[in-house]
Amino acid sequence: MTDGKHVDGNALAGPLSEVFDFDVTSASARCASCGDTTELARAMVYEKPHSFIVRCSHCDAVLMVILQKTDATELDLRGTAWLRAPR
Amino acid sequence: MAATVSKTSYATPSGRVIELDVPHWPGNLAGQHLDVRLTSEDGYQAARSYSIASVGSGLVELAVDRIPDGEVSPYLTMDIMPGDQLEVRGPLGGWFVWREGATEPVQLIGGGSGVVPLMAMMRQHAAAASAVPFRLLYSARTDDDAFYAKEIDDLAGPALDVTWIYTRKGPGSWTGPIGRLTRETLAAAVIPAAENPAVFVCGPTPFVEAVASWLVELGHDPARVKTERFGGA
Repeated sequence: MTDGKHVDGNALAGPLSEVFDFDVTSASARCASCGDTTELARAMVYEKPHSFIVRCSHCDAVLMVILQKTDATELDLRGTAWLRAPR
Repeated sequence: MAATVSKTSYATPSGRVIELDVPHWPGNLAGQHLDVRLTSEDGYQAARSYSIASVGSGLVELAVDRIPDGEVSPYLTMDIMPGDQLEVRGPLGGWFVWREGATEPVQLIGGGSGVVPLMAMMRQHAAAASAVPFRLLYSARTDDDAFYAKEIDDLAGPALDVTWIYTRKGPGSWTGPIGRLTRETLAAAVIPAAENPAVFVCGPTPFVEAVASWLVELGHDPARVKTERFGGA
């Protein structure tokens, strides 16, 4: 993905506050593809209309997809093997 | 939550400082952002994140640069008036923040309106009369395009070392180079890796990625380099 328009996981703080009640930018995630484990703030984020695609900053595999529907927020977490939320 | 615009002012030819009155605002840390959500008459919604230049409770200050084809920033920089209502969510993000108790030296690196969250950190540092060494490297297109230029000049001194980079044009008295930040300029301006600084980099995505990779080449621990990218908004 080299569209140059990506941002990073800091932008997920608001959208994912509808799903989790911890700060996701400080949370660590492990990529299911390459095993890299780092804070979600460091992930690459591609925003599309009504969705966010979150990619591993190390191997570019999809970590998660966030769909923003009118009645719900949906989260596909297949690419995330593990998540750690600091207290 | 609903916010009321209490004041706006032009900060640069394309950027505006916006003060918001947000009832029950819990206060924010230096470096946090909020999301602004706009709903058009046909129900279409667009939300964007904006860094907060203020710290703590009281009025919430944003500084927004206009992206000509953006969905939210043209409204925020050209249309809004005091008294207008905005839907906001925040404060958001606990990672790209500077906390007053931190003791390590701090290097701030901002490109364009990426200086906004760094401004909150500099304001908190100054308000606390903190002895922690702070350095700012700020890259702006021209002196007119620099956000908070006067306030940064006023804060510069023993507690805050400031290096300006102008990519197109400097102020009238400017005798330094004009042009994009290079690895060599970066190396000369920032706190050396050996001092193990906390580094905060914020700006457009290509700027942040170039700076972050140079910092690692210069020996900075990637874990101590925190980045925040923004795209077109």
